[in-house]
Amino acid sequence: MSHISILMENQPGALSRVVGLFSQRGYNIDSLSVAPTNDSSLSRLTMVVKEEESVISQILKQLNKVIDVVEVQNLSDVESVSLEIAIVKLKITEKEASKIIESAFPIVGEIINHKDEFVMIKLIGSNHEVDDFLLSLNKQKFLEVTRSGLLGMGTGENFLISESETTIEY
Amino acid sequence: MKKESGGSALIRALADENVDLLFGYPGGAALHIYDAIYQQNKVQHILVRHEQAAVHAADGYARATGKVGTVLVTSGPGATNAITGIATAYMDSIPLVVISGQVASHLIGTDAFQETDMMGISRPIVKHSFLIQSPEEIPEVVKKAFIIAKTGKPGPVVIDVPKDMTDPNHLFDYQYPKDIKMRSYSVPSEVEVSKIEEAVSLLEKAKKPVLYAGGGIIQGNASEELKKLAKIMNAPVTNTLMGLGAFPATHENFIGMLGMHGTYEANMAMHEADLIFALGSRFDDRTTNNPQKYSLNAKKIHLDCDYGSIEKIINVDVSLNGDAKKILNQILNKIDQKNIDKASIDLWNNEILNWRETHGLNHDLLDKKFHQKQILPQQVIQSLYKSTNGKAFITSDVGQHQMFAAQYYKFDEPRKWINSGGLGTMGFGLPSAMGVKFAFPDEDVVCVTGEGSIQMCIQELSTCMQYGLPVKIINLNNRALGMVKQWQDMQYGGRYSSILYEDSLPDFVKLAESYGHVGMKVEDIGELEERMDECISMKDKLVFMDVYVDPDEHVYPMLEAGGNMSEMRVSKTKKTF
Repeated sequence: MSHISILMENQPGALSRVVGLFSQRGYNIDSLSVAPTNDSSLSRLTMVVKEEESVISQILKQLNKVIDVVEVQNLSDVESVSLEIAIVKLKITEKEASKIIESAFPIVGEIINHKDEFVMIKLIGSNHEVDDFLLSLNKQKFLEVTRSGLLGMGTGENFLISESETTIEY
Repeated sequence: MKKESGGSALIRALADENVDLLFGYPGGAALHIYDAIYQQNKVQHILVRHEQAAVHAADGYARATGKVGTVLVTSGPGATNAITGIATAYMDSIPLVVISGQVASHLIGTDAFQETDMMGISRPIVKHSFLIQSPEEIPEVVKKAFIIAKTGKPGPVVIDVPKDMTDPNHLFDYQYPKDIKMRSYSVPSEVEVSKIEEAVSLLEKAKKPVLYAGGGIIQGNASEELKKLAKIMNAPVTNTLMGLGAFPATHENFIGMLGMHGTYEANMAMHEADLIFALGSRFDDRTTNNPQKYSLNAKKIHLDCDYGSIEKIINVDVSLNGDAKKILNQILNKIDQKNIDKASIDLWNNEILNWRETHGLNHDLLDKKFHQKQILPQQVIQSLYKSTNGKAFITSDVGQHQMFAAQYYKFDEPRKWINSGGLGTMGFGLPSAMGVKFAFPDEDVVCVTGEGSIQMCIQELSTCMQYGLPVKIINLNNRALGMVKQWQDMQYGGRYSSILYEDSLPDFVKLAESYGHVGMKVEDIGELEERMDECISMKDKLVFMDVYVDPDEHVYPMLEAGGNMSEMRVSKTKKTF
């Protein structure tokens, strides 16, 4: 399993080129998260891909060939941190929810909404922590979940930033 | 500064790119652009009869000239008809710019008349694509499209142009950019010295080297450098189907095409080699047979402009990612003839000659005066080779005739062999021949085809009449879909599923004549050569030569599926394994 971080042009069609590459070449995406960066002309993606080493290397090469892709980094090759955000809806009381959150340490949870007999909890943790948390819930009371997919970033000087533009004369 | 509309800016930008020919077909969404074409004289528009043919014609033009081929089609069916042509160019890395009309911006997504999502449909088969979002960006997008199409690993680029972007009433200052800035695109060129040294060290140590050259050497204009390397090493050279002509077929170091229908000696050499230097070739499945059993004793060096082609199928010892010409020159500057193992390579060349003597191709089938009833398709190619002195541009369709042409027409120069190698597109031959003939009106341009393939784009006989394109069509007519038949003979117990026409074939002579061309039918081996000379000598006429060939002939050698490179059938009764 690899975490791949991608910086790409924030323009129409760019995401479909990246995602299309995976279906076209038969690679599987486990999770994908994408949003613009502080530079609104760029989007940043984090992808989780479950493939063998040789396939990952091919994926990185093919991603680099996509013209809208500016930079690619295999987070599994560098020291990196990653986390996931999830929102869970449960049919429980607020008191029960607080108890669940307390017992769920080290995952960070917080009640963010309470309407009728339903409570929504926001979770932040590693994706194993989120998995474990969801498994621990009472199936009758656990109604729905949405997960962000993994977000990741290299530590220290492992940057993923756009190099300066290259001018091509022709 | 003259003001332009989006439509006239588009055509003016093509003129600024030195585009002389634009192959296309008009329609509603492209009408502003067509009006702009009418009002200028720098870019000539060629009206084809089907958009697929427009793309193939531009493709043939690009392959023969090395320039970017250019296409204009309308939205909807115009765009979808172009798709097969775009995919053909994509698979063979041919530089094209395909402009498609699109419904007006405000109609996109409403299922408007002749609307199709061209950006979406073409996405997996283009190097890149652009949707025009303001008329003012047209010059810059055209510039980017040409640069992307032509540099690095070439390929087709689509520009989708909503009709309102070409509105003749919206005028703006036109300026064509000299260069462009793209942070997300770069082209590899030279490689670091250490890699060159590793490659040279392997080349110098090799006792049984093979230089395995593909279309990248043609696209990269590196044939001269390849010849120099072969000469320094006295190394055997094989070309892929796409690489034919990259190294001269009549050169003493040439061992023929390799692969599925490659020569016995080329495939054996690949199997027994101790060093394979892949140059602008991509270890395609038709040239490796089973990758697990592929040339296990050979060290491998891979030179390719496409980083993604390296170690996609076969792992290599040294990878050289960049421009073929530059990298070969780096190697030529480093390699020392004194270090080459001359004695071993002489022995190796003798071993290859022995293989050739055992099961090599017979290039003298005409001289032997076979007393046969039927014309062999191989004899037709040999006759064509003689009549054209080996100098013609040969385009082909897909099937047995394509393989016979590749095996028996000895291409001595790059860009003379024009075929759909990657996608294998039937219907490619005639329109691509038109593109070549436009580029080289004084050269012989011959489409070698079959009665199956030619019918897939036969409507272009009309285009040939309109523009006076005296191409020659050599139809190897075996009254069946020959390559499918061969597989059905070999693997499906002779059950001929859907390959016969049941007497429905047209009279090709009359058909050609009805378009105003010359038709010829040849059934007798005795008159083949004379008629071929006559056909080629009619310089100002399109001649459709319908040659009845032996319907039971198979293409050999043929690699055995799942085997290694030495496992071949060499005739209907003999195999090497």
